[in-house]
Amino acid sequence: MTTFKKKRFSRRGFLAGTGMLAAGISLPSGLLKASGSSTLNFYNWDTYIGETTLSDFKSSTGIDVKMDLFSDNDELFGKLRAGNPGYDLIVPSSDFVERMIIADMLSPLDNNAIPNRVNVEPTFLNVGFDPGRRYSLPYMWGTMGIGYRKSKVDGTPDSWKWLLDSSKYRGKIALLSEAGDVLGAAFKYMGHPLNTTDPKIITQAEQLLIKQKPNIKVFAPDNGQDLLLSGEVDLAMEWNGDILQVMEEDPDISYVVPKEGSVVWEDALAIPNGAPNPQNAHKFINFLLGAEAGAAIAEFIQYATPNVAAKKLMPEGYKNNPAIFPSDTTLESCESSIYKGEEAVRLYDEAWTRVLAA
Amino acid sequence: MLSGRFRARNENSRKVFLVTFLPPTIWLILFLLAPVLIIVVYSFSQKVGLINIEVNWVMDNYWRAADPLYLKIFAKSFYIAGITTFLCFIISFPVALAITKVRQNWKLIILVLLMLPFWINLLIRTYALIAVLRTRGFLNSGFEWIAVHLGLRFEPVQFLYNDTAIIIGLVYIHLPFMILPIYAGLEGFDETLKQAAKDLGSSSMQVYRHIVFPVIRPSVFAGCMLVFIPALGSYLTPELLGGTDGQLIANVIERQFKHANDWPFGAALSMVLIYLTCGVITVWLLVAKRKKS
Repeated sequence: MTTFKKKRFSRRGFLAGTGMLAAGISLPSGLLKASGSSTLNFYNWDTYIGETTLSDFKSSTGIDVKMDLFSDNDELFGKLRAGNPGYDLIVPSSDFVERMIIADMLSPLDNNAIPNRVNVEPTFLNVGFDPGRRYSLPYMWGTMGIGYRKSKVDGTPDSWKWLLDSSKYRGKIALLSEAGDVLGAAFKYMGHPLNTTDPKIITQAEQLLIKQKPNIKVFAPDNGQDLLLSGEVDLAMEWNGDILQVMEEDPDISYVVPKEGSVVWEDALAIPNGAPNPQNAHKFINFLLGAEAGAAIAEFIQYATPNVAAKKLMPEGYKNNPAIFPSDTTLESCESSIYKGEEAVRLYDEAWTRVLAA
Repeated sequence: MLSGRFRARNENSRKVFLVTFLPPTIWLILFLLAPVLIIVVYSFSQKVGLINIEVNWVMDNYWRAADPLYLKIFAKSFYIAGITTFLCFIISFPVALAITKVRQNWKLIILVLLMLPFWINLLIRTYALIAVLRTRGFLNSGFEWIAVHLGLRFEPVQFLYNDTAIIIGLVYIHLPFMILPIYAGLEGFDETLKQAAKDLGSSSMQVYRHIVFPVIRPSVFAGCMLVFIPALGSYLTPELLGGTDGQLIANVIERQFKHANDWPFGAALSMVLIYLTCGVITVWLLVAKRKKS
């Protein structure tokens, strides 16, 4: 029954997203267009903001925030590619920030209007997908890793080997179903950089996955945590937030970032071109990067905050949770996903189609 | 006088025609024809950079779609949709027949029960099916209960994440689309024809083969189309119930419009799917026609 429960911690709610292909392409969503100078149209992930954040913002500034939800980056990108339907603030993830910069879909930020930028942890101020942070500021971050059932697995499965190159847990493995995520893990396992575009290495990763296929139960479209919870699989490649959500329900489930390294993702705040109320968007970014607001959001959604001032206000249990904040050595082996160019996107997709068809 | 009245009537019927046919025509042109035409144009276009599509009437996307990799996926989709249609027919015929035999007030209740699932979102029904079929699902729990009571060893059956699961899901979703047309065909059937055939010495089997089935053939055809075409384009069911090789052509198309960000190629694959579907239906109709004559 977990499937129907409100997913408190699920950022990438699959349920909401599946039907979005059709709607995401061009329908300008029964928008909104809250107009006037005291409004803000915020386009965000589901369950990805504090319970009172919007009303707190309204009481401090008088600005009404109208929030729309998207369920994956492709949907966000699809909705904005033909022109901004009226959003002031969006939350794309790492490589999509870069994609949108290249496609000229984002407006540069005015740092003078965001004094709380000083709260951002310095490591987040220089990232590959937005050098110098001209277009975006970090909102939340996390990792991709392995969620597992402790009682069914020997020790800690802290290597991609158990998922990608071993028959030990045959039939008890779920991988993600997006080309970039799975191939990225395979690259890391083989000792290559996450954002490899070398066709030879892509082919090697493809062969590794085809060889491993008989041992894999399913490529889960982001419901690996449900499969883990229901006992369908014992190991699942997933995003840390999704696994955290089921760890709350079942103490037998845990999460680990493999030692070969993995993806560290970040969702960033950015202002799309053509935003009707960019000043309000700046005010809201500044508000979200404030100590109290940031802490209230982290408290509710339990994702890692890049906001130093907010983190200081958080309890030890949050700050010391390895599933939220991995150790520095683990983080050193992780990379964030960058935009690899259309040629590589096509190579990835063709390799993935062949893996699925094999 | 006469011609004037005639003209008035003619004028009237033209108005009636305009009022009844114009709105649906406009609707179809705007929301069916125009989008399909856009897809046709896209399928001959090329992607430029990240978001631009240049219409330059090239065949590249079609050549790419002709790669054995994609043809195999097309073939698999047709195979799965074909089996689904066949199973739906096998199940639906007796069910539809049974509904015609029950009392009038029961008929209504059964028909409402048949249509009830339509009120529930497809995604939720699919998740419900997962809850029934998974390793620790209701079906396996039921089997386990029986096995334990019989003193047998029990190994849970792996219903989910294979092609059989996709077919189970598709049959489950599309069954009403087959039952309803066949029921409608049988309900309008003239019972005296059966009586006459029986009086002339036909067995029940013969009555169904030579009298009932030919008469309801158009209903069966309609049912088959209503199942086959959506099953061919299904992408949620293979995505959620299928195994590691569960992708059907609709999943590949979806990826082109989303993650792979290649709309022209996705459009070409969609068009190939439409051409192939039309081809299959034409062959089907021709074969049926030849059989008849």
